[in-house]
Amino acid sequence: MLSSELWYPRFQLASDHSLLVTFGAGISRQHHRDVLRLFLLLQQEAMQGIRNLHPAYSSLLISFDPLIIPPREFEAVIRSLVDRIDSVATPEPRRMQIPVCYGPDFAPDLADVATHTKLSPDEVVRLHSSVEYLVYFIGFSPGFPYLGEMPAELATPRLPTPRIAVPAGSVAIGGHQTGIYPLASPGGWRIIGRTPLRLFRPEDTSPTLLRMGDVVIFRPISRQEFEEFTNI
Amino acid sequence: MGWMRVISPGFLTTVQDLGRPGWTHVGVSPSGAADTVALRLGNQLVGNPPNSSALEMTLLGGTFEFESSTVIALAGSDFEPMLDGMPLPMWQSRRVLRGQVLRCGMTKEGARCYLCVHGGFIIEPFLGSASTHLTTSLGGMKGRRLFAGDRLQLRGLDIGDVKQRRVDTTTVEYLYDKKNNVLRVTAGPQYDLFTDQAVDLFTNSTYVVSEDSNRMGLRLSGPPIKRHDTHDIVTEGVSLGAVQVPPHGEPIILFVEHQTTGGYPKLANVISAEMHRVGQLRPRDEVRFRFVGMDEALSLLSDLNDRLIKVGQTV
Repeated sequence: MLSSELWYPRFQLASDHSLLVTFGAGISRQHHRDVLRLFLLLQQEAMQGIRNLHPAYSSLLISFDPLIIPPREFEAVIRSLVDRIDSVATPEPRRMQIPVCYGPDFAPDLADVATHTKLSPDEVVRLHSSVEYLVYFIGFSPGFPYLGEMPAELATPRLPTPRIAVPAGSVAIGGHQTGIYPLASPGGWRIIGRTPLRLFRPEDTSPTLLRMGDVVIFRPISRQEFEEFTNI
Repeated sequence: MGWMRVISPGFLTTVQDLGRPGWTHVGVSPSGAADTVALRLGNQLVGNPPNSSALEMTLLGGTFEFESSTVIALAGSDFEPMLDGMPLPMWQSRRVLRGQVLRCGMTKEGARCYLCVHGGFIIEPFLGSASTHLTTSLGGMKGRRLFAGDRLQLRGLDIGDVKQRRVDTTTVEYLYDKKNNVLRVTAGPQYDLFTDQAVDLFTNSTYVVSEDSNRMGLRLSGPPIKRHDTHDIVTEGVSLGAVQVPPHGEPIILFVEHQTTGGYPKLANVISAEMHRVGQLRPRDEVRFRFVGMDEALSLLSDLNDRLIKVGQTV
């Protein structure tokens, strides 16, 4: 069967303890809105037996305890909730300004991105900070925002060999995507700057600075401003 | 309340409980014990609720001095524990006295052994759980493995002499079924992306657990599995136990510290009733896979749960 022949939304048991709800093929703001609505509805309903929600670009994976609610029964309940998502109000997106120092100390790969994209480093910075990005979801690792859409001219392949340690706050480009590393971790994206803000705050009850559905704007700052942020 | 001191941590020892559900939407996977069956039973042996924190030791166990008297039990793989030089049986509760030293050795078989103490350990919870998430350095003891010299505070009071409890050998053999290397799986969300020949190859081959395996995932070496095409899928949520197939074709079983989303297709998913056996796999162990239907997966889980409840009533 070709994927274009599939009906959406699609419901699949991904395992004996998880259901994958897919709202469409590919990445689009419409699918994102559907994912967000189902996510909000499930948070409101606080259904018994739900363990975890994994939002992504166009799908939501829901893991549950099959001893509390058997998979087919669970799927039926979720199908009826999906029928109601059009009535779910999504909050006005929060506009989150993220200060970024694109200076040489924090941008080991800015020159490579400039060379690859045939732009000057200043033009890379200007373009990268010229658009509003949607936080499609937080995933992969703690607090990591999947952002879209980066200006197509900036697309640069990942590093052939990932770095063992990328510093926390690094702003980077990987293929057609851009993102921020909330924690120091290994990583293969091209680093073009760093934010002094802490994206993951384990001590807070709401541990991430960004949430699914936020709008992110990168604001270039100087090295001096970066230090001032860090001292706050 | 009292203390326990780490004289030697062994190869890799962390604080774990049953994990941290409810935070994958901020990118935090549950973590928790790799073998939840051993943790639950070990906690039952010392009179704890199933979710109490314990130490998870890996391949080579640690040496610990009890600075206060308490009741302990070791559950999981047999690390040949010795208390003051005398063999201490696995799967049994035992009162230990202030000043006594527990020394665990190399595993005889299996990967992990749990040291449970009455009341569990006092650990600052991170997002509601004491479990360590090593890959992100969060939770547990400062987000890290235990080091020599660490001291852990015991939550329980010294309850004095208690009736000895044990899990019988037949139950342990039933729960771990060690002579059998088959892991049962259900179809994964991208099962249809694989050809019939690829699925046959997957179920007819023996895979070897690679040295690169850890709590995030078990990498398997064996015949590479081909796909119709080699494109990644649009990033989506991933489940504990998912068998994902990267472009090189050698499968990876996503484990307790897995990433919350990913772009590799998932051919299969290990059933919930066998995840504790995954937690006991060591590098170089061999595994095979067999597809089962959803009903069989659920009835096996329900059997396992009944068995655990029954053991809980008899220990």
